[in-house]
Amino acid sequence: MNIFEDAGRYTLLMRRVLVFPDRWKMFFRQFPKELEKLGLQSLPIVIIISIFIGAIMTIQTKLNTENPLLPTYSTGLVTRDTLLLEFSSTILCLILAGKIGSNIASEIGTMRITEQIDALEIMGVNSANYLILPKIAAFVFTMPFLVIFSMAVGLFGGYLVGVFSDVITTADYLLGIQYAFIPYYVLYSLVKSLVFAFIISSVAAYYGYYASGGALDVGKASTNAVVNSSILILFFNLLITNLMLN
Amino acid sequence: MIEVKNVNKSFDGNHVLKNVSAIFEDGKTNMIIGASGSGKTVLMKSIIGLHRIDSGKIEYDGRNLPDMRMKDIRILRREVGMLFQGSALFDSMTVLENVMYPLEMFSKADKTEMEERARYCLKHVDLKEKSYNLAPSEISGGMQKRVAIARAIALQPKYLFCDEPNSGLDPKTSLIIDRLIHDITVEFNITTIINSHDMNSVMEIGENIIFINKGIKAWQGNKNDIFHVDNKDLNDFVFASELYKKVKHTNS
Ligand SMILES: Nc1ncnc2c1ncn2[C@@H]1O[C@H](COP(=O)(O)OP(=O)(O)OP(=O)(O)O)[C@@H](O)[C@H]1O
Ligand SMILES: [Mg+2]
Repeated sequence: MNIFEDAGRYTLLMRRVLVFPDRWKMFFRQFPKELEKLGLQSLPIVIIISIFIGAIMTIQTKLNTENPLLPTYSTGLVTRDTLLLEFSSTILCLILAGKIGSNIASEIGTMRITEQIDALEIMGVNSANYLILPKIAAFVFTMPFLVIFSMAVGLFGGYLVGVFSDVITTADYLLGIQYAFIPYYVLYSLVKSLVFAFIISSVAAYYGYYASGGALDVGKASTNAVVNSSILILFFNLLITNLMLN
Repeated sequence: MIEVKNVNKSFDGNHVLKNVSAIFEDGKTNMIIGASGSGKTVLMKSIIGLHRIDSGKIEYDGRNLPDMRMKDIRILRREVGMLFQGSALFDSMTVLENVMYPLEMFSKADKTEMEERARYCLKHVDLKEKSYNLAPSEISGGMQKRVAIARAIALQPKYLFCDEPNSGLDPKTSLIIDRLIHDITVEFNITTIINSHDMNSVMEIGENIIFINKGIKAWQGNKNDIFHVDNKDLNDFVFASELYKKVKHTNS
């Protein structure tokens, strides 16, 4: 399958997905379920990863910049800006692409190969819209919250380094994370994360929806979903950064 | 009534359906029979519009499906029920929710009326109350087929499609499912089309049989005629088992 054919089929699928639901009642029945599955259930992994990365980044930054000429607040500042600019949006989304992408692709792929999607189509349901729209909507909706949450927890992870070790003092760290704060960075991160959330959920849905064959092919679909959405995330990261920070 | 006229369908040069024409009547169990790979499923999926045919007509009481736009096909499909080979129940829903699903999607009834209708359909296929709140994975294959039938008839379809309703079932359960499909067809005057390669089903409910051989309609008739046809391919198909060879022997 070549890239143009994929892009074409993806576009056609999205034209079926991104329309108003036949029955809003059914949409609002699915939406909270997806919120829980894609959003709430991602919280633990977001917390764990953010707290560790925040802490490790603080230690690494401090140890690698042992220079008396640098101000003491620099460690906190670097940690904060890295979290705000890249980690809590791009890296977090790459990690979630693995979790959410494989979840969506395998769920929809299984429905495809067990003819559940055909069953929906036979009933006259727009299966793409019914199955995929609540997932995209729920994931795009929760993403900003996950990002903000990751930022906060990551900063807290750095703070713990100050509390539990003598790598850095909490006073220096707290000064650093407040020094020369640029709110626009948060906006930039949120915009990126919305785009990434759409990429992850829609690309995974695409690979699941067009899975064919057996259980093995569902596995392949979810691998494709994760690999390709990751590549797209990196590409769009570059694009959005050029547009918003240059 | 569904009328299929000169239908052709190929996949990447593989000509699967060759100029197939047939009439499927209301209130009858119409059967499509043939060896594995002969094109039964492709024919059925073409009739429903899951496959787009290359040429020909598929008329649902005069409405030609290949001429229709997707929006109109969706509306037509609300009159269609289908029983899939693997049941295709929604595994995230309970038995009762599965049967209620088409109602919730398309009927204007209120919640209690829908539940009543769903329970009526489940009772109609002899499913016990205690399984209504189980997941599809928690019930047996035969019961899954019953739920699938109940779901297919929930919206009182005019057309019912069954793709190998007996696959994976023991002979006794197969018979029960066959009779159920037949009774429902007669009771609600549905145009039912059944794909099968099971001679027992053919002998049980084959009121209008279409024999497909390598993508060509080779014979059409009913279960009483099928033993006395001078068609080598059909005879090879019908008398493949020792049992039917003996039946033929005693008959003649
Ligand atoms: N989606 C498809 N793409 C390409 N070829 C297909 C497709 N579906 C079916 N075919 C081909 O069409 C032919 C007929 O297949 P079909 O599934 O209709 O057989 P069948 O009569 O239903 O057999 P069985 O009794 O085993 O179910 C086969 O040669 C198959 O390879
Ligand atoms: Mg088949």
